[in-house]
Amino acid sequence: MNKILVVAEHDGKTLNASTARAVNCALAIGGEIDVAVFAVNASAVSTAAGKLKGVKRVLKVERAENAHQLAAVLAPQIAKLAKDYTHVLAPSTTFGKDLLPRAAALLGVQQVSDVMNVIDATTFERPMYAGNAIVTVKAPAAPCILATVRTASWQECGTGGTAEIVSVTTDAAVPAHTRFVGLKAEKSDRPDLQSAPRVVSGGRGVGSKENFAVIYKLADKLHAAVGASRAAVDAGFVSNDLQVGQTGKIIAPELYVAVGISGAIQHLTGIKDARTIVAINKDPDAPIFQVADIGLVGDLFQILPELEKELDEL
Amino acid sequence: MKILVGIKRVIDFSVRVQVKKDGSGVNTDGVKLSINPFDEIALEEALRIREKGMQAEVVAVSIGPAEVQQQLRTALAMGVDRAVLVETGEVLQPLMVARIFHELTKRENADLVILGKQAIDDDCNQTGQMLAALWDRPQATFASKVELKDKTLTVTREVDAGLETISVDLPAVVTTDLRLNTPRFVKMPDIMKARSKPLQTLKLDDLGVAKAPELEITNYAPPPQRVGGKKVADVPALISALKERGVL
Ligand SMILES: Cc1cc2nc3c(=O)[nH]c(=O)nc-3n(C[C@H](O)[C@H](O)[C@H](O)COP(=O)(O)OP(=O)(O)OC[C@H]3O[C@@H](n4cnc5c(N)ncnc54)[C@H](O)[C@@H]3O)c2cc1C
Ligand SMILES: Nc1ncnc2c1ncn2[C@@H]1O[C@H](COP(=O)(O)O)[C@@H](O)[C@H]1O
Repeated sequence: MNKILVVAEHDGKTLNASTARAVNCALAIGGEIDVAVFAVNASAVSTAAGKLKGVKRVLKVERAENAHQLAAVLAPQIAKLAKDYTHVLAPSTTFGKDLLPRAAALLGVQQVSDVMNVIDATTFERPMYAGNAIVTVKAPAAPCILATVRTASWQECGTGGTAEIVSVTTDAAVPAHTRFVGLKAEKSDRPDLQSAPRVVSGGRGVGSKENFAVIYKLADKLHAAVGASRAAVDAGFVSNDLQVGQTGKIIAPELYVAVGISGAIQHLTGIKDARTIVAINKDPDAPIFQVADIGLVGDLFQILPELEKELDEL
Repeated sequence: MKILVGIKRVIDFSVRVQVKKDGSGVNTDGVKLSINPFDEIALEEALRIREKGMQAEVVAVSIGPAEVQQQLRTALAMGVDRAVLVETGEVLQPLMVARIFHELTKRENADLVILGKQAIDDDCNQTGQMLAALWDRPQATFASKVELKDKTLTVTREVDAGLETISVDLPAVVTTDLRLNTPRFVKMPDIMKARSKPLQTLKLDDLGVAKAPELEITNYAPPPQRVGGKKVADVPALISALKERGVL
């Protein structure tokens, strides 16, 4: 039988929703599912992880060095735990992408990146070439399969589980060559870009940091998260954590509104799984219109205020 | 100080990649090939470290067929001191690439290896992390700012939550994100000068690196097509269309 370990992503206090998506992938593989929480004090996060549907056990791996989720520190511990498992999964977020290949190399195995679909316990589908090719990969079963889970391809697994919570220790030696200095997180009361059902994104066409206010306004009206193209981030309109695309966040909202975004391949990669794409752009030939379910050609500075007014009247 | 930079030749980022009809791969006939964009950034960063007055030798490394010499020549023209081609006709997966780089860190006595965060063909995002594990050294992935002082690197990393800063001891592996720098253009005279710079070729088989296990790719398929293209005339029509689709 498969024994699957899912590495929890968290900030020390709350469990990140990407974990529930990775558990859903584990359910598709099938077998016994455990979740590992690496922390100084893993209690709160473990309780949340224990409620995820289908989880059998939560492993609390507590030690002082686990405070900042550094890959160099966690990977040797994962390599030790992996001995008891057929699969180790982590979400394909910056956390999982940083961590899991390091553990895979310690175990001497290749890693499967960005699992979108499970064919069977050793065969998966994943994107390559910015999503322009979907490949089927078969991984050697032994000693263990390590994979990151493309979160946009998986729903959260839901709750209702009653996992047993156990403390485990490993005798893994962890290095001191890597030190956490700080995290500059952009504080926002807006919905989280990666899990929000609606997203409004602005691109270079928005023109400036000040102008981005029109994007925030529309997002507030729609209770949507805010995203951006790389060009908008590079130009300093918004911070990097809002970038959507091949090298930013890959998202799958119900509604995606692209404003002043041309629709480069690298941006489209990040929104392919959105249910409905709306594009607002003054260039009728912008490639974004080829993928948009609803396109509106025109000047965003005229269209957005009008749209807000109409939404108010709904 | 010695800095190794990874240069992978990939299909240019502007090409819309097409899957072959028989599912055996993607079309590469007549397709433009370039240095992986993240690797250009890696190159630029290594050069800037040297230009800041650090005594450093910058070595560009590419693993691939003999033709990648062309990309290595570009790297030489950009300003690296020398280039190493590890020649192989095979397409190698990240663990194998990491093993080769690990062998080179030993041969070259490297202090710093700068790789791209991801190759835009396989989109794996693994090699740097794997190399750091094999080498038992720090990794600073997705770097958007790198500061070197004495034997310590302070690196700002682009993470989902914002910007994380870590401090690592050399030797170390850094992988680049897009905002780390803007790579310089190559000038004509530099291309001429680069011709006399050393480009060493090593045969993969002579390196003595054990073959890594591999993932078997059994099929390539095009992604499901989105049928878009519908346009509406004005804002009221947009609202109706949204309602029709049940999103408002
Ligand atoms: C390796 C690599 C990785 C990349 N990763 C990403 C990524 O993750 N995400 C990403 O987004 N990009 C990424 N890019 C960049 C990508 O190729 C494009 O350069 C970028 O997406 C362009 O952003 P944009 O659409 O905002 O800007 P532009 O392409 O400049 O488009 C601006 C659009 O705004 C419209 N416009 C202007 N004014 C108005 C107005 N008043 N009203 C309405 N419309 C207006 C214009 O018609 C135009 O279509 C990557 C590139 C590379 C090489
Ligand atoms: N064949 C190669 N030759 C040189 N560098 C490589 C090669 N393959 C991968 N790399 C380096 O590893 C990085 C990440 O690749 P990947 O893990 O495949 O996404 C690339 O940006 C390169 O810097």
